[in-house]
Amino acid sequence: MTTDAPQPEKPAAPEDVRVPIGPAADWVNPLRDADDRRLPRIAGPSGLVIFGVTGDLSRKKLMPAVYDLANRGLLPPGFSLVGFARRDWEDQDFAQVVHDAVREHSRTPFREEVWQQLSEGMRFIPGDFDDDTAFKQLKDAVEELDASRGTGGNFAFYLSVPPKFFPKVVQQLKKHGLASPPQGAWRRAVIEKPFGHDLASARDLNAILHDVFEPDQVFRIDHYLGKETVQNILALRFANQMYEPIWNRSFVDHVQITMAEDIGIGGRAGYYDGIGAARDVIQNHLLQLMALTAMEEPIAFDADALLTEKLKVLKSVRLPEELGRHTVRGQYAAGWQGGEKVIGYLQEEGIDPKSKTDTFAAIKLGIDNRRWAGVPFYLRTGKRLGRRVTEIAVVFQRAPHSPFDSTATEELGQNAIVIRVQPDEGMTVRFGSKVPGTSMEIRDVSMDFAYGESFTESSPEAYERLILDVLLGDANLFPRHQEVEESWKILDPIEEYWSRHGRPAQYPAGTWGPEEANEMLARDGRSWRRP
Amino acid sequence: MKIDLTDTTASKINKALVRGRRAIGTPAVGMVLTMVIVTDEENAYDSLRAAEEASHEHPSRTLVVIKRHARTLRDRTTSRLDAEVRVGSEAGTGETVVLRTYGDVSDHADSVVLPLLLPDAPVVVWWPVDAPDAPSKDPLGALAQRRITDLYAVERPLEVLETRVRAYAPGDTDLAWTRLTPWRSMLAAALDQARVKVTSAAVEAEQDNPSAELLSRWLEARLNVPVDRVVTAGPVVTAVRLGTENGEIVIDRPEGPLATLTLPGQPPRTLALKVRPTSELIAEELRRLDADEMYAIALSGEATKEHA
Repeated sequence: MTTDAPQPEKPAAPEDVRVPIGPAADWVNPLRDADDRRLPRIAGPSGLVIFGVTGDLSRKKLMPAVYDLANRGLLPPGFSLVGFARRDWEDQDFAQVVHDAVREHSRTPFREEVWQQLSEGMRFIPGDFDDDTAFKQLKDAVEELDASRGTGGNFAFYLSVPPKFFPKVVQQLKKHGLASPPQGAWRRAVIEKPFGHDLASARDLNAILHDVFEPDQVFRIDHYLGKETVQNILALRFANQMYEPIWNRSFVDHVQITMAEDIGIGGRAGYYDGIGAARDVIQNHLLQLMALTAMEEPIAFDADALLTEKLKVLKSVRLPEELGRHTVRGQYAAGWQGGEKVIGYLQEEGIDPKSKTDTFAAIKLGIDNRRWAGVPFYLRTGKRLGRRVTEIAVVFQRAPHSPFDSTATEELGQNAIVIRVQPDEGMTVRFGSKVPGTSMEIRDVSMDFAYGESFTESSPEAYERLILDVLLGDANLFPRHQEVEESWKILDPIEEYWSRHGRPAQYPAGTWGPEEANEMLARDGRSWRRP
Repeated sequence: MKIDLTDTTASKINKALVRGRRAIGTPAVGMVLTMVIVTDEENAYDSLRAAEEASHEHPSRTLVVIKRHARTLRDRTTSRLDAEVRVGSEAGTGETVVLRTYGDVSDHADSVVLPLLLPDAPVVVWWPVDAPDAPSKDPLGALAQRRITDLYAVERPLEVLETRVRAYAPGDTDLAWTRLTPWRSMLAAALDQARVKVTSAAVEAEQDNPSAELLSRWLEARLNVPVDRVVTAGPVVTAVRLGTENGEIVIDRPEGPLATLTLPGQPPRTLALKVRPTSELIAEELRRLDADEMYAIALSGEATKEHA
């Protein structure tokens, strides 16, 4: 591709048509008012550049999310979408690909007029990541969009590419002056996990990113944090009076955080082998969920205050002394999964038959502070488990004294509050209740709150929320680099122990993990919930 | 499932609701509000459908109050209440009770509605047509946190608007105002970009359009400039022009769902600005149940004059 590729028409010289910068920085829009809560938070003038725009994530999640945002009227007029990939496409080919992706995957109905508004701002840049011409074209496109669409120099660069390309892309952005914003504008980088594979590599990655972008302009996507239920953990804990008094070691026996998948590794052999379940899931999603469950009340609901509290929790995490007895890893073996015969991990295509990579991991952590001393947090994740579910279960101690005789309470378990993150988002409270009849018999019942019941049946997708937050510059729901590094400090000793001792236990696909995981809890006199 | 009750009372209706719930095996959980629709037979079907669609976003118990006009003198003097209880798949995501009142009980519909309200949950009353002049003084309106009227459903909207101004109480709202939200949010976004003081304003709309009137009053109150009203062929609001020292900011929607936004010194761009169905308007209304202060400000603003 050369520079004489057809350029979009330029309406006028860019200097003449710049958005007039307002009279002063303290300019207040008279049409906005804090009391006027019908007006949605619309992102300011901006554009989104997606690298690796032909990938799965981009087609299934990012492009539909952009459309859904536009359909809900949350994108600014003139919002522009630039795709960058190694394809010989024109702008209209790209628009067609986005169109198909939106048609197939968007959450809200397709509306021609919204599409028209969006498609006018679509550009495509063909090229490799080390192709200087392509990045020059990208710079031209960005400037052209500032002029023709009024994006005001504000661009977010979404790196939907394998992490090995991160250094190359950010270096190119720096080299071509794309990373430094014009006066009064912003440039942001958005990256997806994995954020390294251990502490050292995470630090290297952060160094590379922070060399080019300011640390607070780097947004790390953990799509779990964009989910309504996860945000609701904070609302549940800190907006209510009835949970916080019992949310501590005096009442809580232990906490179980589970993220189970029913699928295998699919086509991700190249990425997954050598990484494993613990690095893929525990390091980011589960430790974030744990931090939100265990943290103290932040002084405000803003990014800095949340970071402070989450960091405190992550820094006070204590690993069990005998890692061999309190951590378990496993690999799925061939078996039956929901009525379907599936192969084992070692038989998957592209996997070394001697691979020691974990597809199941369970660990026990303690948190050394006054609130949680002595309360174990059990984290487990795995592929090819019974069903797809993510939940946080806070299990309470038994009543210190029971006036009922033991036959009456035989079927009574421990009280629990379960936050169902996905699917069927909501919350369950389990407690004992008398069985109707003449004898006194107490049995567990559950009280249920389902999001689908009490609120909109179509809550926004996590990516919609997160992309909007990036454009608004709201970092509440993004893990910061300090959190990423602290999380690796927790996981690294466990991974190191695993690499030196033994092999992953085998478990039949479609079950809830290896027997060793049950033994791990049985040692503490507890058992896993069946989620 | 559907249970028909003739010549009944509120307590029998409550029993039927419990019976219906038991029969389909779902407890009464998750409903977040009670929606009372006061309407005539003619508009009941459409309003109920809009409310049921909105109930996908806000599961609710919907009570439809229909005042029947008796044909014979004997029917006029006897008082009767008929009810149709719908639960499960026939009632969206909540429960629906259609109440038909005959004779004297029509004047005391609040006595039927009061025992049927969900405990502790907010109450919303919606008059798709024939709203009372003072919604908050109406016996049914007095039960509610939020009272929804619709200036589009009256014959002389601008006159009724003036009575609404006088009768305003916190919690009143009107669908003519709800219809403006996309316009208002686009105007605010346009000004976010232009960042410049507005020195003049004009609203172009069809004649006697209450939304245009509310929009002008809002602009006047917020921008502190007189707003010009221009009569066009419609439909509804067709354009808003804001004059600034750099040039004009224009959102122009001559027809259809596509509008054009023009900012000073920038090429025009396309905006999606469609006319929304009633169910979406109701869903928006139900999102916030506290008083809409901005509506009060727009309502009490200076009246504007239309000219062609």
